[in-house]
Amino acid sequence: MTTSLRRARQVRPHVGLAAPASRPAADRPLRHRRRPRLAGWLFLLPMVLVFGCFAWWPILRSLVLSVQYTNLVDPPTWVGLDNFSNLLADPLLWTTVRNTVWFVLLALVFGFPLPILLSVVMSELRRFSGLFRVLVYLPVAIPPVVAVLMWKWFYDPDFGMFNQVLGVFGLGPFPWLQDTATAMPSLVLEATWAASGSTVLIYLAALTSVPGELYEAAEIDGASIWRRVWHVTLPQLRGVLLIMLLLQIIGTFRVFTEPFVLTDGGPEDSTVTILLLIYRYAFINGDYGTAAALGVLLALALGVISAVYLRLTRKWSRT
Amino acid sequence: MSDDRGRGIVSDIDRRRPWVRRPLRLIQGILLLATLLVGLGPILWTAKGALSPTQDLLRDPLRLWPSSVEWGNLSTAWTDLRVGHYLLNTVVLVGGSWFVQLFVAAAGAFALSVLRPRFGRLVYGAVLATLFVPGSVSLVALYLTVLDLSLVNSPWAVWLPAGAHAFNVLIMKQFFDALPRELYQAAQVDGAGPIRLFWQIVMPMSRPILAVVSLLAVMEGWKDFLWPMVAISDADAQPLAVALPRLAETAEQNTVIAGMLVAIIPPLVLFLVFQRHIVRGISFTGLKG
Repeated sequence: MTTSLRRARQVRPHVGLAAPASRPAADRPLRHRRRPRLAGWLFLLPMVLVFGCFAWWPILRSLVLSVQYTNLVDPPTWVGLDNFSNLLADPLLWTTVRNTVWFVLLALVFGFPLPILLSVVMSELRRFSGLFRVLVYLPVAIPPVVAVLMWKWFYDPDFGMFNQVLGVFGLGPFPWLQDTATAMPSLVLEATWAASGSTVLIYLAALTSVPGELYEAAEIDGASIWRRVWHVTLPQLRGVLLIMLLLQIIGTFRVFTEPFVLTDGGPEDSTVTILLLIYRYAFINGDYGTAAALGVLLALALGVISAVYLRLTRKWSRT
Repeated sequence: MSDDRGRGIVSDIDRRRPWVRRPLRLIQGILLLATLLVGLGPILWTAKGALSPTQDLLRDPLRLWPSSVEWGNLSTAWTDLRVGHYLLNTVVLVGGSWFVQLFVAAAGAFALSVLRPRFGRLVYGAVLATLFVPGSVSLVALYLTVLDLSLVNSPWAVWLPAGAHAFNVLIMKQFFDALPRELYQAAQVDGAGPIRLFWQIVMPMSRPILAVVSLLAVMEGWKDFLWPMVAISDADAQPLAVALPRLAETAEQNTVIAGMLVAIIPPLVLFLVFQRHIVRGISFTGLKG
């Protein structure tokens, strides 16, 4: 009877899959393999708990909070869409939305082409390429707060590096962070400096997967170096370029550290961004409901932007 | 230096032409100067500022070398500004976050890829869905959740949310999926239970992915600012990144810059030592936002 059971187990498919077995499967002592459901769930448990408590629950709770009034002392009360109407009635909201969109646009104009240019040039240089990678990535290795504190010094109107150097050429002094017109571009400059390095490394990796034969063929057809970049390199990179563009938009919509530490939203609220406003509502005013409502609106906006973007670029990224 | 592909945009024939060779050399020179200035410059400025008297920063900001090298700034920052204490806080927070991330992602991805429990796909889908909801959007709700669990001011308030990092699960699962499945079956046939399978077969083979996830976790944890600031309001328990802007308002400026230097050095050393892994990690995770 035992032998027949053994035989029955031998024909179970998973045994047959143990392909490069040197001994015939029959020689091996076999154990009955239960489908390890319990073990599977035990290994899954930490993930389910952590994601449940700190990812899914806060997302659901944001939705609930946004229709409640909560001050942490009294029990929360349902207020319907009051938080949203309060929010929309706040004149600062519209300033904030304008500022954030302005930041995102400027960050795209400065920050999107720069890593492409740098990575294409860097991939063609034969000497020091390792050194270039390190140098380009250095700003990314600096913690953002420290970077921002550095730039606060650089931007200082009296003792700052920028005005000192420009002063040598008889320019300035410029107010940088103190003027409503230049404050936001100054933040964008810092943010671009801080973020470009990792994008360059991603593009460099993508560039290595462009088949050399394409350049070969283009060259034989008489395409100049510029035309090879335009007609071979950029189209070959378009998948990663499209993703990085979307990620950059989503990332820059959530800018916080720069306006918080460099300008605290000033001067005259010209650099208050959405996340800074959420922070102020929640942790300065204690108005958690309105803060959550703004968070929900931001998530919705980002979702819509992503969906529209992916839909618009779907054809382009495939063909 | 590491030119591992056959050819690029500019061919060898192009490179022999003077109207290509000369501009390339010029670009190389300009790029070297520019990246040195922009990449290394600010770090050198911080090092100089940290060792200078504050008067240097105000009287002669363009000075290349301190008028007198004051190593004492570093020890003043370490003791008077308690930079050492905040640095220790950072190390504790980053270390715990690293461990939680690795544990959650490795165990979860192992279950999903190897053990494949029922509804595993559903859980995986739900985990991946969190990639599409940017974390900072539910900041307020996360804070209230941490408040309810009375974790505020405890390092767990940073450690546990760090574990909810869908990206780690994604890349770990992809790595485990690529390991030969015969291996698991052979081990099971030899009588290895799930724990031995995990610990003695899968983990030793996963060193490359564990290294990548670890480095990204540590670098990211070191950069974190908004969440630690919100979750840890007790000034004494704050990490260095959160404490520095507060210190910058009141303390002597050269000691603050010395504190900034202290905050830069660990991630910088980590990057320089492991740059190959980090470069590889960034390029093959790609999506890192």
